[in-house]
Formats: sequence, C-alpha cells, structure tokens
Amino acid sequence: MFNWLEKNPFFFAVAIFIVIAFAGVIEIIPDFAKQSRPVVGTKPYTVLELAGRHVYIKDSCNACHSQLIRPFKAETDRYGSYSLSGEYAYDRPFLWGSKRTGPDLLRVGNYRTTDWHENHMWEPQSVVPGSIMPAYKHMFTNEAKVETAYAEAVTVKKVFKTPYDAPGMPKLGTWEEAKKAALEEAKLIAADMKNEKIKQAVANGTIPEVVAIIAYMNSLK
Amino acid sequence: MQSENALKYDYTIARYFMYSTLVLGIVGMLIGTIIAFQMAFPALNNLAGEYGTFGRLRPLHTDGIIYGFMLSGIWCTWYYVGQRVLKVSMAESKFLMTIGKIHFWLYLVGVAVVIVTLFMGITTSKEYAEFEWPIDIVIVIIWVLWGISIFGLIGIRREKSLYISIWYYIAAFIGVAMLYLFNNMAVPTYFVSGYGDWWHSVSMYSGTNDAMVQWWFGHNAVAFLFTVAIVAMSYYFLPKEAGRPIYSYKLSLLSFWGLMFVYLWAGGHHLLYSTVPDWMQTMGSVFSIVLIVPSWGSAVNMLLTMKGEWNQVQENSLIKFMILASTFYMFSTLEGSIQSVKSVNALAHFTDWIPGHVHDGTLGWVGFMIMAAIFHMVPRLFKRELYSKKLMETQLWMQTVGVVLYFTSMWVAGITQGMMWRASDQYGNLAYSFIDTVTVLHPYYTIRGVGGLLYLIGFFMFCYNVYKTITSGRVLDKEPQFATPVA
Repeated sequence: MFNWLEKNPFFFAVAIFIVIAFAGVIEIIPDFAKQSRPVVGTKPYTVLELAGRHVYIKDSCNACHSQLIRPFKAETDRYGSYSLSGEYAYDRPFLWGSKRTGPDLLRVGNYRTTDWHENHMWEPQSVVPGSIMPAYKHMFTNEAKVETAYAEAVTVKKVFKTPYDAPGMPKLGTWEEAKKAALEEAKLIAADMKNEKIKQAVANGTIPEVVAIIAYMNSLK
Repeated sequence: MQSENALKYDYTIARYFMYSTLVLGIVGMLIGTIIAFQMAFPALNNLAGEYGTFGRLRPLHTDGIIYGFMLSGIWCTWYYVGQRVLKVSMAESKFLMTIGKIHFWLYLVGVAVVIVTLFMGITTSKEYAEFEWPIDIVIVIIWVLWGISIFGLIGIRREKSLYISIWYYIAAFIGVAMLYLFNNMAVPTYFVSGYGDWWHSVSMYSGTNDAMVQWWFGHNAVAFLFTVAIVAMSYYFLPKEAGRPIYSYKLSLLSFWGLMFVYLWAGGHHLLYSTVPDWMQTMGSVFSIVLIVPSWGSAVNMLLTMKGEWNQVQENSLIKFMILASTFYMFSTLEGSIQSVKSVNALAHFTDWIPGHVHDGTLGWVGFMIMAAIFHMVPRLFKRELYSKKLMETQLWMQTVGVVLYFTSMWVAGITQGMMWRASDQYGNLAYSFIDTVTVLHPYYTIRGVGGLLYLIGFFMFCYNVYKTITSGRVLDKEPQFATPVA
C-alpha cells in the first residue's frame, strides 16, 4: 500500500490530510458548544474596557502575563479562585498567555487600584522595586482607539449574539452614544489619577491609552 | 547512481531564498539576543520608545525566526532538493519558474509588511499567528504558490517514486495550510459595523474554544515547520553528504506515518490544568509521550545511516553539524514529552523552562540543520569550494556552547521559579512574593543572553563563510558528488 501511495502523489496527499485531520476533529469539535456558554454573572466588556483590551494586545502584555489561574493552592492563594471556562465566554481572542515573566492578571481588578496602575505604567520600579517590566510612558500620550473597540462590540453583537444592550448588560447604542458613555467612564478613572495632562485630555474629550487599559485592568475580577 | 550531468538543475529560486535565510536569520537572532538581555537588564527596553519594548519585539523575534529564517531555509532547500529527487529541472517549465519568482517576491513583500505592522503593534495576540486578516490573505496566496510549485514539479517528474523528503515537504505544506486557515478565522469589524480601523478583526472563536484552536495550531504549525520540514532536509542532506543510503526504509515509514497521526493530538499539552476538558488534557499528555516513537525513529534512522562511517563525523564538519542536530532533536523531543507529563507540567508551565525547551530544539536542531543544508548547497549553487573549514569548526563549537548555556540556564531558572511559586512556609502561607521569583532569575537571564550572543556571533561567522565562498572560493570545475569540498 505504501509503495503504491508513494507513486500516486494525489492519494498520498489525501492520506496525509486524513491522518492529520483526525485528531482535530475528535478533540476540538465535541466540546465546542459547551465551552462557549458563559458563567452566570459574566458580562461582555464595555467599549472603554474593550479599547483597553486592545492596548493590552497592542503592547503584547500577554507575552509576559497570563490570565489563567490553575487549580492549585499556591495559585489560588496568590491570584484568587481558579479559572472557569465560562468566565472567558466573551474573550475574543483568549489572553491566557504562555509565560509568567510577570504575575497572572486574571483577577487583578480585585487587588490593584487605578492610582497603583498609573504609577506602575509610568515607572514600574517605583511601586515594585526590582521589577523588570518596561515603563509604558507612551500609553500616557497615545490615544485609545475607542471607535475600533465600538466596531468590535457591534460586530460581536451582530455576528456572535454577544448580549450587548440586553437587560443588565453593557449598553452600546449608536456610535455617538457609545462615545459619550466611554468618555463618562474615562472621567471616573481620570478622577482617581494624579497626572494633570491625563485629566486635561479626558476633560477635552480624548481618551489616552493608559485610561483605557486601567479600565480593562479594573474589570478583571 | 544517476549521472549528475544528465540534468542541469536551475537554482535561481533556491539562491533567492538562501539570501533571505541569511538576512532574516540575522534580523531574528539579533532581536532575540536583544530581548534576552532586556530580561536581564530592563533599561534596554527604553532605547527606541514604544517600538523597543519587550512586548513589541517578542513577536518580531518569534515570527522573524519562524517565518523569516526557517521558512526561507525550508523553501531554499525545497527549490534545491525538489528538483533533484524528482529528477526534473525548474528550467523545463517556464510556468513553474514564474510561480517560483512570484512566490519569492510576494514573500518578501509579506515579510516587509509583517515587520512594519508588528512594530506598530498591529497584532491579533495569538502566538505565531499575530497577523491581521489582510496579511493572512497574502500569506495564504504565498502558501498556495508553494503548493503549486510542489505539485507542479511532482506533475512533471521523471522519478516516479516519491523520495522520503518529498513526503515530508508535502506534509508540511498540507499541515500548515489546514492549521493556519482554521486558526485565523476572524471577522473584519469594519465591514460589519462600518466603524474603526479597516484592518481590525475579531476571532471567530471565544475563550476556551479559542485557546483550543490556537494551541492545536500553535503546537502543530511549529511541528510541521520545525520538525516535519527539517526532517525532510535531514533525509536528503545527511545521506547525500555522507554518501550512504538511509539506514532503514521501514523505519522511515513508521516514523513518517506515526508522526502524522500522533503529532496533532499532542497540542493539548499546552493547556494542562486549564479550562479545556479533562479528557483532552489527558489525550494531549498521553500522545505527547507516544510522540517519542516517531521522533526518535527519524533521529535513530539518521544516526544509524552513519553506521560504520563514524570517522566521517570526525573529518567532515557538515556531518558534525547534522549529527549534532539529530542528537539535539532526540534530546528536545524527550524533554518535550517529559514536560507534557501532568505533574511535571504543573511545575514547568509558565516558567522559563519552556523557552529553554523551545530553544534547544530551534537552535540545536533546526538552526544547525538549516546551516548544514546551506553549507552543502552553496558549493553546488555557485560552483565554488567552501571558504574555510576552520571558521566552520569555530562556529560549530561556539554555537554549541551557546545552546548549552541557553538551555541549562533556563532549566535552572524555570525550576527555581516553579518551586518558588509553590513554596509555602510552616503555616501554609506562600513563602515568596512574586517579585522575589523575578529578581532571583537575574543571573540566569544574563547567562542565557550570553548563550544567545554566542549563537548570534556564530551565525555571523556562518554568513561570512557563505559570503566568502560565493565571492572568493576556489572555482570547482564539476559538481561534487558527496562530501562537500572545503578549504
């Protein structure tokens, strides 16, 4: 049989495809529906939080920080209760990471505050002596892409039925409404920050990246 | 034995891809060395504003090496080996020549766009699949062009029976195509909503599903490039260089079909103790251990091909590179299986032991094999003798020391970190705060950086050797049949 296959490239290629596709079909398909069911109380991200999530992705925070707490005592003691599949139901993409150069962030909103993040992003060593994290000063000047975040929220609502605008869930509305809501949310965060330029920017209607990423960090619980 | 003069092979495309292998190798390894030192000396993050931070550079390093250096190397060897084992010249088909040229130039365009966008921070965050949808489309076209080249050349072949290397090239092509397509399924947000950046997209899968698909891809895309395509090289270049037939056809059959069947299951070992179903984690773990059989099958086949000819390992630096590569392959696959055991993974996951494992495979196995392949090809592509054996030997030992420093320091770092994370005092409280587990790693990060630097210097020696061969090596009047001549 193998001799025959080796003289018939088409069937050889088909044979390879069947043999390698096998595992994917068996492993991935059966649990698909069950996995994407949200845990009760899980909400999709607000537009500002989503914009912050994009900043997190833009600077590849996930290269050094995980968002997955494994069911070991050492991990639950350090980071909080272990991960449940449904908690990630609205995470597109998932951000579990594969390396913990820095600590896990899945529940960082439970134990860090806005002003801590502000100091930390500006100069990590000022709050964590010995930290090897780079400073992210550019987040204080770059503007967050709220419109792209809104576009994503609208897309997942339309295509994947993510429950935006449902009772008790974050509101989207029109772009103008969403923009206003994001700015209101940003103002609350800026009120807890000490950087005058940030306060000024938000008062003038723009949202720096750092405000968005802090909104995202605070939402991780 | 087929007369070498019967056919005049056309190596134009192979030469193109050889140049890109060298250039992108330098780029990828240089960035790798920089980010290694950034972990030891964080001030190095501030050299280029937001564009020089670890987060921006890390995907540039991984993708630069995987899709730059390695993929170029794979294609360089394909456009060389393909013709030779199928006994057909690229010059016989104008169509395939054109496809080959478009393949190369479009690939260069793709590389340029990837470099710019990753520096800008345009990424999907998925490891080794960071590119947004417009780039994905270009990548699919590039991949299809390679497919046309493979099956086109096979279509006009004279040698009816496909040699082992061709099996592996076909498998690499199909495997990566399938994985890449499914993993990158995304919805462009601008076209649905009419707002925001046009290049932005959102993953079709969410949460745990996304993780499953990503690591089904992540593990196997790496597998089908770093293992499958590199095995393709070793099945051609080692026997050719040594002038020995492959030790066992049956062993190569077992290894090939075994690898095809087993590899895809093993992706689950990236998600042990996560929220993916338990049975899947167990399957991932079990099949990762079974994976030893086909992996070692290929490696043992390589080593036994040298049976009774071990004097060549001493005399021929190229054979030395390839035997070392096969040995690192055995070592790295064994290490991977060990790390997939659930209790070991509980300690090793998220630590530096993982990049350590990756690098003994990539530096020791993939890097050495690609460089050996190029050393073998250059005299045949340019009809010149290799420039310097002494330089080759220095490079070999320097890089070997580099690899050893890399993985030993990362073993110690990873296990130290894992043990400290879980350590508790007599009352059951955590013994260390997180930052303690970071600062303790400084010496190991420094050693790793030095290891990487040695490898990089070795790579510069390699490039210099190739450059001097092309420009001033002794001209050969006929193509060497087996052992590559070196001054």
